[in-house]
Amino acid sequence: MSVPRAGLVPFDEIVHLVGNEEDLVACVDTRVTGPAPACVLFILQGDSAYYLVDMLLGRQSGETTEMGEMERSTLTEVGNILTGSFLAAFAQMTQLKFIPEVPALALDMLGAVLTTALISSGYFSEQVLVIETTLFNEHDSISGHFFLVPQEGALKTILKAVGLSS
Amino acid sequence: MAALLEGTEIKVGIAQWWVARGNTRIVTLGLGSCVGIALWEAGTRTGGLAHIMLPESANFPDRNNPGKFADTAIPLTFQEMVKTGARAGAIVAKIAGGAQMFNFTGKNGMLNIGQRNVEATKQALERLKIKLLAEHTGGNLGRTMILDVATGQVTIRTLGHPLIYL
Repeated sequence: MSVPRAGLVPFDEIVHLVGNEEDLVACVDTRVTGPAPACVLFILQGDSAYYLVDMLLGRQSGETTEMGEMERSTLTEVGNILTGSFLAAFAQMTQLKFIPEVPALALDMLGAVLTTALISSGYFSEQVLVIETTLFNEHDSISGHFFLVPQEGALKTILKAVGLSS
Repeated sequence: MAALLEGTEIKVGIAQWWVARGNTRIVTLGLGSCVGIALWEAGTRTGGLAHIMLPESANFPDRNNPGKFADTAIPLTFQEMVKTGARAGAIVAKIAGGAQMFNFTGKNGMLNIGQRNVEATKQALERLKIKLLAEHTGGNLGRTMILDVATGQVTIRTLGHPLIYL
């Protein structure tokens, strides 16, 4: 995982942090409750998603061509585990408690998936605060993105916790 | 936002709208829960495309961009078309989007935002007495929508399915 970047990003540009609107991606959306409610999005490029499924289900590389029930649940579980470690690291940094809910998966166009996740988590402005971390493994050619999208008010709690606000 | 361009392709982003005439295609990429509204008038071959992300402006804060809401973006696009010479009574509509991209098991009211966007879009069209000719809405598909201003044909592009013509 890379060092996180944070910033206020216009809606349209968030998509381009990951790729293009019509790229196939897998997105695991996990709502988080606690003192700083947020939504964590874990986004994997389509080819990385297929690669991971091959690897985890003990298949030959390139063997998976369809994303059925089993493949989707594998991806959700990967997202769940990785989101868990992402949140654990973030909790240690902020000393805040983050309680993840049951994750949901979407496997479709990046633009469609990302904007829907942001809107349904309560983002109605043209700008969104994101904390972005990339997951990159050169050896296994897997690349993924995490976005932590705090709900209104939660941002203040997070900034305060890391000593960036009075 | 209007342009009378010839032989070009215009990209409409989230919460934007565009009006054009002639040999032009207006495109919006990756609709998820958002709705794309294509308006067209045969006599002058004028087309408009709006990409809305939320239903009614009255229910949300941050109302500075009328392009975000079905109830404000559609009248604006319509008026712009009439201003450039299109006959109000002859303008027809085709719509796409309003999907539910994630299968959450939770009970969040915002989750049905796609369906609410479609309903608000239809109400806005009705108020303006615009006839809805065709729609490709709902489901769990990401969609790209292309309006051919010269012919009024709308093409829907999805991942892993053949093109759909409206």
